[in-house]
Amino acid sequence: MSQVDTSLSLANPHPRNMSTSQKVFLALVGVAITMIFISLFGAAATREATFLWTILGLLTVGGVGYTWETYSHEAAGIKNNGVWFFSESNRGALGWIFGVALTAFYISLYWFPEWLGLNSEGPNTGLIAVFDPLSKMLSGNPASQWFVYGTFYTISILILGVKFIWKYRHSNYHKIRTLSIMFFQTAFAFLIPEFMARLNHQEAIQATGVSVPYYDLKNMWPLNYYNFDGYRIEAMTNDGLNSLTGNLGFIMLVVGISSIFIISPILTYFFGKRWYCSWVCGCGGLAETAGDPFRHLSDKSLKAWRIERWLIHGVLAFAVIMTVAVVFSYLNQHDDAGYWITKEIFTAMVSITLLGLTALLWLRPKLFSTISPNVKVIASIIMVAITGLTIQALFASNGKIFFMEDTYPLRKWYGFFIGAAFSGVVGVGFYPLMGSRVWCRFGCPMAAILGLQQRFFSRFRITTNGGQCISCGNCSTYCEMGIDVRAYAQRGQNIVRASCVGCGVCSAVCPRGVLSLENGPNTGNSRMDDVRY
Amino acid sequence: MHVVIIGNGIAGVSVARHVRKLDSDCDITMISAETDFHWSRTALMYIYMGHMTFENTQPYEKFFWAKNRIKLIRKYVTQVDPEKRTLTFSDGDALPYDKLVLATGSSPNKFGWPGQDLAGVQGMVSYNDLQSMEEYSRDLKHAVVVGGGLIGIEMAEMFHSRHIPVTFLVREESFWNRVMPPDESAMINREIRNTHGIDLRLGTELKEILPDENGRVRCIITNEGEEIPCQFVGLTAGVHPNIDLAAQAGIETHRGFLVDKYLETSVKDIFAVGDCAQLRHPASGRRPIEAVWYTGKHMGPVLAQTLVNGHTEYVQKTWFNSAKFINLEYQVYGDVASEIRDGERHLYWEHPHDHKSVRIVYNAATGIVTGFNLMGIRYRSDVCIKWIESQASIEEVLQNLGAANFDPEFFRSYERELVRLYNEQNNTDLKLKRKKGLRNAFAVLKS
Repeated sequence: MSQVDTSLSLANPHPRNMSTSQKVFLALVGVAITMIFISLFGAAATREATFLWTILGLLTVGGVGYTWETYSHEAAGIKNNGVWFFSESNRGALGWIFGVALTAFYISLYWFPEWLGLNSEGPNTGLIAVFDPLSKMLSGNPASQWFVYGTFYTISILILGVKFIWKYRHSNYHKIRTLSIMFFQTAFAFLIPEFMARLNHQEAIQATGVSVPYYDLKNMWPLNYYNFDGYRIEAMTNDGLNSLTGNLGFIMLVVGISSIFIISPILTYFFGKRWYCSWVCGCGGLAETAGDPFRHLSDKSLKAWRIERWLIHGVLAFAVIMTVAVVFSYLNQHDDAGYWITKEIFTAMVSITLLGLTALLWLRPKLFSTISPNVKVIASIIMVAITGLTIQALFASNGKIFFMEDTYPLRKWYGFFIGAAFSGVVGVGFYPLMGSRVWCRFGCPMAAILGLQQRFFSRFRITTNGGQCISCGNCSTYCEMGIDVRAYAQRGQNIVRASCVGCGVCSAVCPRGVLSLENGPNTGNSRMDDVRY
Repeated sequence: MHVVIIGNGIAGVSVARHVRKLDSDCDITMISAETDFHWSRTALMYIYMGHMTFENTQPYEKFFWAKNRIKLIRKYVTQVDPEKRTLTFSDGDALPYDKLVLATGSSPNKFGWPGQDLAGVQGMVSYNDLQSMEEYSRDLKHAVVVGGGLIGIEMAEMFHSRHIPVTFLVREESFWNRVMPPDESAMINREIRNTHGIDLRLGTELKEILPDENGRVRCIITNEGEEIPCQFVGLTAGVHPNIDLAAQAGIETHRGFLVDKYLETSVKDIFAVGDCAQLRHPASGRRPIEAVWYTGKHMGPVLAQTLVNGHTEYVQKTWFNSAKFINLEYQVYGDVASEIRDGERHLYWEHPHDHKSVRIVYNAATGIVTGFNLMGIRYRSDVCIKWIESQASIEEVLQNLGAANFDPEFFRSYERELVRLYNEQNNTDLKLKRKKGLRNAFAVLKS
C-alpha cells in the first residue's frame, strides 16, 4: 500500500504540462478550426458532405479526447488548479484573443452574414455552404447563418457538456443538470425546430396537410419576443392552409405565453429559477458548458450588483414596452380579423397584470421590505405609465401607441441592442473577459422575471451550514453570476438572490461543506434566516 | 471610547465589526503589519494553487472599512504602555487607546531542529509565508513537509497541485491520529497516498536540515537516517501564540496571553482574542487555546459586548470543526476522541470502497449522543448541534438521521445503512423515519 506513484509528480510546476495525447487531441480540434477558416474562401471541395463530417468528427473526437486525457487521470473532485495562472482563463493574451475572435464571429453572424457565405441570391458559399448537407438532411432546406450558428452552439454544449460532466463527476447534481442542458439544447433548440421546418416543406405539407411554424418550444416570452412580430403571429394563427395548422400554431403561441404566466411561476416557486436558467435554457446551457472555464471572471463588487439591478430590470421594462406596443399595433391593424383576442382584451390583460403587480408591491409591504422605497416608486410609475398609455392608445382614434404610428422601430432597436448586441456579441463574445453569464446577469429579461419570482415567491434558497464558513471565498470567486456568496455564508445567512441560477458550483467548491441548494418552507421571518455572526 | 485592535485576522475583524454594530460612535482602529486589509488566511493555499487571487480572499471590499469607520493602520507595534495607555510603533509613532484588543495570532512551531532557520525552510501562516513559498517554488525540484496536521496536509496539496514532488513526514504512525479515530485516520492516509500519490512517510521524524553552499536547504535527514534531497522544507508542526508584546507590558502569559472569562488579560482594559488567547478556565474537556478560525469568530461578538455594554462571559460553544484533506471533506460536531473512551460507544459506518464514513459517538449506558465525525459526507450543523445540546438518544438520532444530511441534491444518502448497522449490532428494529430534506430538518429543529 505504501507504493507511491511518482509518475504523477514528475513535471515542472509553472508551465501547464500537457501530455502528448492531450496535444494530439487539441491538434485535431485545431485542424477542424483551420478547415472552418479555409471554407470561408469557398473552395468547391469544402462543400462536399465529407468535409463537414470531417470537421464535426474532428471537433468531437478532439474535444472529447482532450477532456478524457485531462480529467481521467485525476481523482474525482474540484479541478480548479491553476485557473488563475493560465492566460486563457485569467484575462491574459489568450483570453483577449479568444474574446476578440468570438466577438468578431458574432458581429459577422448578426450583421454581416455574407462574410460567412450567405448570399441573398443564389446558393450559399463559404462557411454556410459547408453546412448545406446537414441542413438539407434535417429540414430539407439549405443552411442559413442561423443554422450554422445553431450547429456550432449545439456541438459546443454537447462536447463541452461532456467535459463539464467529467470535470464534476463526483457530483450527481452536476451530472444530471448538464445532461438536462444537453438534451434540451439538442432536442428542443436544434432538432425539433428543424424537423418542424421539414414538415413545412411543400411536399410534406401536401402529403400531410400540416404546416408548422419554426419554434423553439422551451423559449418563453420575453426571450422569444420575436414571436409577436406580425409575420410570426400570422404564421401561428393563420388558418389559410388548413385549420389543423392554424390550431397547432395557435396552440404553440398559447403555450409560449402561458409558460411565462403559469408553468414558469409554478416551477420557480418549487425549485427556483434554476429549473430554467441552468437546466433548460440554451444561453444558460452554453454558459454552463463552454463558459465554465471563465465563470470566475464575473465581477463580485457591490457596484457591479448595483449596475446589474438597474440594467436587467431596465431591459425588462424595455421588453414589456416593446411587446405591448408591437402586439397592440398588430391587433389594431387586424381589428376585423376575428381573433378571440382583440385590442380591448389585450389592454385589459396588460392593465390587470401591471396594476395588480403595482398593488401587490404596496399592499404587501412585508414581502417587499428589502426593496428601497425609491425603487418601489420607480417600478410603480413605470407599470402605471405603461398601463395608462395602453389605455390611452385604445381610446385614441389615430391608432398610435406610446405616441408611435409604427412600432416596428421599437422592435428593431430592441432586436439590435438587446437581441443581438447584448445577448450575442457581449453575452458570449465577452466570456473570456467578463465571465460566462454577462447576458444572463445584466440583460436577460426572462431571467429578470424569474429572478423576481425567485426572490419573492419561491421555496428555493442556498442554505448556509451553521457557522462552518471559513470565509475562504471559493464560492464567491466561482459564482458565475457575480454573487458575493461569502458575504452571506460567513454571517450564517442563507442566500436568497434574484440572480442565482442555481448552478450549484458554490456548493461544490466549498471546502467545508457549507452550502446546499434547497427547496423548502420558510422558517421564521424569511428564507434568508437571521444574521448569526 | 477608542478601541484599538492589534491584528486584522478573523478574531480582530470580528471584534471590530461587532463593536461597530453595537456602538456607532466609538473610534475603532485596527493595526496590522502583515497586510493592508483583512484577508482570509484559510484561503492561503488556494492562492498558491491558482484557485483564487489574493484579492478574492478578502471578504470585504475596500469601501467597507471607511463606511464602517474602522481605521486601518499598516504598522508594527513594538510596545504597549498600559500606564499611559499608548502603543508605540516600530517607526517611533505612538497611538493612544482606551481599550486594547490583542488579536496577534500565532506562528509556526520550530522545535530546535538543526538548520531550521536556513533559506527555504519556513512555516505557512502569513501572507509573507505565501510570498516566500512562491519565491522558493521557482526552481523547486522536491519539497519536504514536516508535521502531520491540517497545515501540513494543505502544504503537501499545494505542491502536489503544481506537480512538485513532495515528501510528507508525519511523526505519528497514522495521519492526525491524535485527533482522528484510527479508521478515519487510515482513510486520510489512503487519500494522500493512493488517491493522490503523495509520498507520505508515517512514523518518520525530521532529524536535521542540511544547507548548500548558499545557505539554502539542500536536503533533510530523517530519524531513520535517510537523506532526502530537497530545496524547500515546510515546518507545519503546530503553531504557538504570538505574545512578544506581553513581557514589556506586564501581561501575564503561559503559552498565550492568559485571559479570564471576559477575555480580559491580567492588565485592565487589555483583552486578547483568537489564536493568541489562552483561557484560564476552559470548559471541561476543552483546550485553553483553540487555534482555529471559528474561535476567533466566536470570541469577537462576545468581546464586543464586553467592550460596549459591559462584561459578558465567553462560553465555549459546542465544538465543531471542519477540514478538507485534498479531496476528502471532514466535519466534526461535538466531542469525538481518537479512541473509544470508557462508557462510550461508537457507531461507525464506512463506505465499502469510497472515502466516506459516519461515526456517531454516544453514551453506552444512557444512549445520549455526544458527537458526529463525518468523512466525505456533509451533515447539517444546526441539527447535529441541536441533538448534542438537547442530549438526544442514539435511537432518536438514527430514526431522524435524514434530517442531518446536508449533501447536495441527488447524492446518495447512507442513513439507512447506519440504521441497519445499528440494528445488527443491537438486535433492534429501528426504521429511518425522516429522510433528507429541509422540511425534515426544520421539524427536528423545532421539536
